[in-house]
Amino acid sequence: MKQSQYTSEIDSPATTASNELGMRGFASLIKTLDSTNKTNVKVQALTDYFLVASDKDKVWTIAILSHRRPPRPVNTTLLREWASELANIPLWLFEESYHIVGDLAETIALIVPSSKTSTEKTLTQFLEEMIALKKKSEIDKKTYLFENWKVLDYYERFVFTKLITGGFRIGVSQKLMTRALAKATEIDEDILAYKLMGNWDPNKITFQELILEENESDYLSKPYPFYLAYAIENEPQDLGDVSHWSAEHKWDGIRSQVILRNDELFVWSRGEELVTDKYPEFNLFIQKIPNGTVIDGEILPYIDRQIGTFNDLQTRIGRKTVSKALLKKVPVILKAYDILEWEGKDIRNKPFTERRAVLEKLFKEINHTDLPFHLSETIHFNSWEEAAKERERSREMFSEGLMLKHKDSPYLVGRKKGDWWKWKVDPLTIDAVLTYAMRGHGRRSNLFTDYTFALWNENDEGEKELVTFAKAYSGLTDAEFRKVDAWIKKNTLERFGPVRSVTPHHVFEIAFEGIALSKRHKSGVATRFPRILRWRKDKSIHEANSLEDLKLMIP
Amino acid sequence: MKKPLLEFTDKGIYCNAAKVYLDPWKPVDKAIISHGHADHSRWGHKQYITHHRNVPIISHRLGEINVSGKEWGETFSINNVKFSLHPAGHIIGSSQIRVEHKGEVWVFTGDYKTENDGISTPYEPIKCNTFITECTFGLPAFKWTPQQEVFENINQWWAENKSEGKTSILFGYSLGKAQRLLKYLDTNIGKIYTHGAIENMTQVLRPLVDFPETTLITKEIKKEELLGNIVLAPPSAHGSTWIRKMVPYVTASASGWMTFRGARRRRAIDKGFVLSDHCDWQGLLSSIEATGAEKIICTHGYTEIFSRYLREQGYDARTEETQYGDEEDNATTDEIATLEKQAS
Repeated sequence: MKQSQYTSEIDSPATTASNELGMRGFASLIKTLDSTNKTNVKVQALTDYFLVASDKDKVWTIAILSHRRPPRPVNTTLLREWASELANIPLWLFEESYHIVGDLAETIALIVPSSKTSTEKTLTQFLEEMIALKKKSEIDKKTYLFENWKVLDYYERFVFTKLITGGFRIGVSQKLMTRALAKATEIDEDILAYKLMGNWDPNKITFQELILEENESDYLSKPYPFYLAYAIENEPQDLGDVSHWSAEHKWDGIRSQVILRNDELFVWSRGEELVTDKYPEFNLFIQKIPNGTVIDGEILPYIDRQIGTFNDLQTRIGRKTVSKALLKKVPVILKAYDILEWEGKDIRNKPFTERRAVLEKLFKEINHTDLPFHLSETIHFNSWEEAAKERERSREMFSEGLMLKHKDSPYLVGRKKGDWWKWKVDPLTIDAVLTYAMRGHGRRSNLFTDYTFALWNENDEGEKELVTFAKAYSGLTDAEFRKVDAWIKKNTLERFGPVRSVTPHHVFEIAFEGIALSKRHKSGVATRFPRILRWRKDKSIHEANSLEDLKLMIP
Repeated sequence: MKKPLLEFTDKGIYCNAAKVYLDPWKPVDKAIISHGHADHSRWGHKQYITHHRNVPIISHRLGEINVSGKEWGETFSINNVKFSLHPAGHIIGSSQIRVEHKGEVWVFTGDYKTENDGISTPYEPIKCNTFITECTFGLPAFKWTPQQEVFENINQWWAENKSEGKTSILFGYSLGKAQRLLKYLDTNIGKIYTHGAIENMTQVLRPLVDFPETTLITKEIKKEELLGNIVLAPPSAHGSTWIRKMVPYVTASASGWMTFRGARRRRAIDKGFVLSDHCDWQGLLSSIEATGAEKIICTHGYTEIFSRYLREQGYDARTEETQYGDEEDNATTDEIATLEKQAS
């Protein structure tokens, strides 16, 4: 067969993983995962890969996709220097390109000279080399990188560099990976999730030990699928007689299931990820809550006997291990909503009020001030107007609004309409001035689409100045973005790398979900999910709000 | 002080000696036009001068205009300033504009690419003292693959979609990219259908280039008829009801921006092909070198970064703000909206 005259680089067709093994197969898998937004396609690609890859490569793939990559063997400063050296460009040009591309490994893969070859090595070989590389001299590291950058094709180069720099953000959660692994191995997904939790070393464990070996205790952790509510569509009056409904505040934390079986504790998050290790305070439940109990609730930060904000909780999420200092600073509680299993029996089909009675009885029996176990109080209203009034109190209660649950409702599976509704409060909004703009990424990389907004504040000299309070990059149409972009390019005051300061002129209405005091922010205030609601062309900058106005919104 | 041969004014690039503008963005008396994209050929000038292959394009886009067409390399004088048009290789009829006065030569590229795409007259470097260049893709991250290989990949993608019983939808600008794609689609795989904006422009260009047969999508055409075939559509049609009616389909975009992984994902497009009608990094550098120019002016794209690099390489390089860089303008978007209404 005649060889194609040119090596395919970026847009060569993704060969299916099943044809290729080793690093080539892994790179091809990552490419397929990265090339689609469709969950089904991702799961299929992963399943196909798990069916053909070697056991060792499979363990490494699982490790990488569950954020267990080996420590970084080369720091990023050196990577940048060496990549620009190989590409024969000045370092500043590399940095500028990186600002625009937005991903270090991708920038390196694009900038170094393209190669016409591909690798025969396995993924495991590469990772073992990287582990060994960490201890080597700088010159050895450089030689190793150059050798590989020169012989790997574009996508392999990207994946190789990504393995060195950090995690793959390719829209593959551990959950999705677990689902594919379940399909490939025909082992129950929840059991696999349990097997994959905790500390295991991909360099030491075998696929047999990690995945295939059966273990009775695996089944102990199994959660129930969460029941999720839809947002209320019209007026709550449409739900009929208010006396049929039980209301609770909708707490803004991490929806979780806490399982106690066989003197063991398991905590699952709504993403159906096992997060037991992240919340060690719940270990106190063992022996207090009887075995054969499953509770549905919300993990909330609880600081100085008060519910904290999601902002507080953020410091706990994403940490694999929790330091003592952090445990003290941001302790958490479980705010219990419901009980799904009691005395080892699945009671999800009992009416909501009956389940709540069981939960409340349990709560009374074990009630202990030191136990991080709280009840999400149910509220019964005489009228929908009364309910609306309670909803108005949500922000001061640190809740997002109300949950309405039909008193006779069973605990269903997944997102279902009818019995449970969420009735959230409207977002907060404020009018702010556009002060800085940054280029977007990808298609937007030639447009200024990432904006910083400011509010008025009186400084120590009594002068009014604009203080940054939030960044937002969504909410405008493409046509609006183009208009703002054109305006920014003509009204730039100063340039700082990719960022431009602009003449304060345009006012935008910014919506956000929550608000809290924050030391990390210049304004002293952190907002949750800020986004652009509309372009207030009708307002001059002097009509924009002040930081005072924003602070008044803090409950 | 002597005025420079070409100045950057709020109306466009201006030759004071000849009282003529190059690709002006505000209405003027006399305009020399590099090519037919909306950001370079705007409405409202009293007189248009352009390459004759661009005449049908801008006449189609702008309606009744006073336009005269020139040959490649044909010199025409205005107030003793000599002008000539030279192939820019960007799209059909796209020119660089050469301006000579009192022994000094300036060249304005408009938009250009160095690769011969087989439908636009190939780019030729022109010796000059000052070179006014675009740098849309003026970053070392941009490296184009030869188009032959990109088209092999596109046709392979189409064939794969066909084997899965899906319609392929390929996005490209209605002027330029769409015809370049059309030219190389493999009609052995299936039929080529077009969105109205692309069909209209292609009809205008058929007398100039031999293109495969296309079928305009009208409301009479059932989506079942499209299965296994390919639809050429402008990028702005992405996400429209017009597209959504074609399920099951797979989308792809052909653009230089597809270099970035994020670009395709952000647009929620299934597949990206890196295919550009502009120069890549090396293309820009080699063109500049070939002109022998000592002064370089960067007009649109990554101007700051690119000109800084050129200065480090010893060129006298600077940037000028222009209003170029948005090929698919609102007029096209409006046109698409109208066509969609007609089709539904």
